[in-house]
Amino acid sequence: MHSPSRFLRNSLIFILTFTGGGIIMAIELLGGRILAPYFGSSVFVWGSIITVFMLSLSLGYLIGGRLSVNNPSLTRFGNFFIVGSLLLLPLILYGQSIMEEVFLRFEDPRYGSLLVSVLLFFLPTSILGMISPYSVRLLVTHGQHSGQIAGLLYFVSTLGSAIGTLGTSFYLVLWFDINVILGTLSLTLFMCGVLAMMIGRLSHL
Amino acid sequence: MRFLKKIKNFFLILLLLNSQNLFSQGERFIHQERSLYTNIIVTENSERRCMRFTIAHHYGQNQSCQYLQEPEKLVFPYAKMVLSSLLIQDNPKKILILGLGGATLVHSYRALFPDVDITIVEIDEAVVRVAKEYFGFAEDSNTHVLAQDGRVYVKRAQLRGEKYDLVILDAFNGEYIPEHLLTQEFLKETSSLLSSEGLLVSNTFSTSRLYDAESATYASVFGDFFNVKMNGTGNRIIIVSPSGLPSENFMNERAMTLYPRLRRFGMDLRDFPILMDTNRDWNRNARLLTDQYSPANLLNN
Repeated sequence: MHSPSRFLRNSLIFILTFTGGGIIMAIELLGGRILAPYFGSSVFVWGSIITVFMLSLSLGYLIGGRLSVNNPSLTRFGNFFIVGSLLLLPLILYGQSIMEEVFLRFEDPRYGSLLVSVLLFFLPTSILGMISPYSVRLLVTHGQHSGQIAGLLYFVSTLGSAIGTLGTSFYLVLWFDINVILGTLSLTLFMCGVLAMMIGRLSHL
Repeated sequence: MRFLKKIKNFFLILLLLNSQNLFSQGERFIHQERSLYTNIIVTENSERRCMRFTIAHHYGQNQSCQYLQEPEKLVFPYAKMVLSSLLIQDNPKKILILGLGGATLVHSYRALFPDVDITIVEIDEAVVRVAKEYFGFAEDSNTHVLAQDGRVYVKRAQLRGEKYDLVILDAFNGEYIPEHLLTQEFLKETSSLLSSEGLLVSNTFSTSRLYDAESATYASVFGDFFNVKMNGTGNRIIIVSPSGLPSENFMNERAMTLYPRLRRFGMDLRDFPILMDTNRDWNRNARLLTDQYSPANLLNN
């Protein structure tokens, strides 16, 4: 815990968890905007989006926790970010056509919006959900502190979510096109992943 | 201590209620409910009954008002400005209205054209209920109301190949027009529902900070349109006619034949041809509203 590389590594994990939390909520918030042209802004559209985010996060937590059991490493941690980044690309590139197809096939906008939320958000959000439990494993060294570290990580990740929500809804949508924001989020995730891998290699941890 | 606090709160609330009455000049709340989308408040004073979506009462916040004695007379200039589109298209057979409110426009068009087919799309079922209960709105074989999002309706209607002679955009929430009903894409979808002589009439605000972006967006899709403003109102009506805008002479002649029929609404149609303005009085560099960029309510703050 006291060596400089250890300190660098742990700070990085907190920063990445914070960023991941922020990006998840930024995407969720944009979700309402993305779906509105096809499914409207009725209350069930938000219902669909929130349901899918909760489901995919819960699955992500489960898988992330499971993956952390054997040989946890910063490299694998970084992989989550890179895969998450790549899984955002279909949303940016094909979101429109996917919504078009679903709109044509499903008359009821409730199920249309639910299906589209699954298609667009389920995979990236599940992957991003793996970050938090995995980072607990990377940081915990003694069982006695596990709760404290988990608490600190929830704190950091949820704080990131709060800031991601606020920043996106207050400012980003005022300045940029939705796809520009999504592209930047994807690029940020990618760079987070590369950074994690580089530090992982440097510190051999 | 807690008890004292309660008493204090009670008096504070009393004070608040009283001041509300003071400011609204004998206005009574006759119905109040919180729907899925907004607060719906129906108030009444000695001469008129109104619907609004916000608790706080500022001038111009009412969505819709009706005179108690002469319900046909239009309270707000915006409704008269919408009706002035008859100068361009005087015989609509099928009308689509997005946003019901107190059903003012439905009543007026029904009174003028007993056989016209009117479809209203209103997202909030509670608004439909309140319009029926307090504003004399009724469905019949020619008047259909659908409780759904206007954008979704327009997209479906487009697929079905439906055509309307008049499409009126009058959807507001407590703040402004919903953001996905302001974009270039939406305007294109809506105009594809117009028949060959069809008109698109949109109720917006000239006082809003969105004026530039909104006007530039309409112009980018439609080119010239009539920009109707009147003294004494913050409303601005946009009239789009893809088949072409008529001359002032044409409208003056039409006003002469039509104005007696519109007198029942408390308006003189002959005052309107001169208001049909095509001057682009907005900042032409304003950023256009699209599905990718429509922070309407942020811009409007």
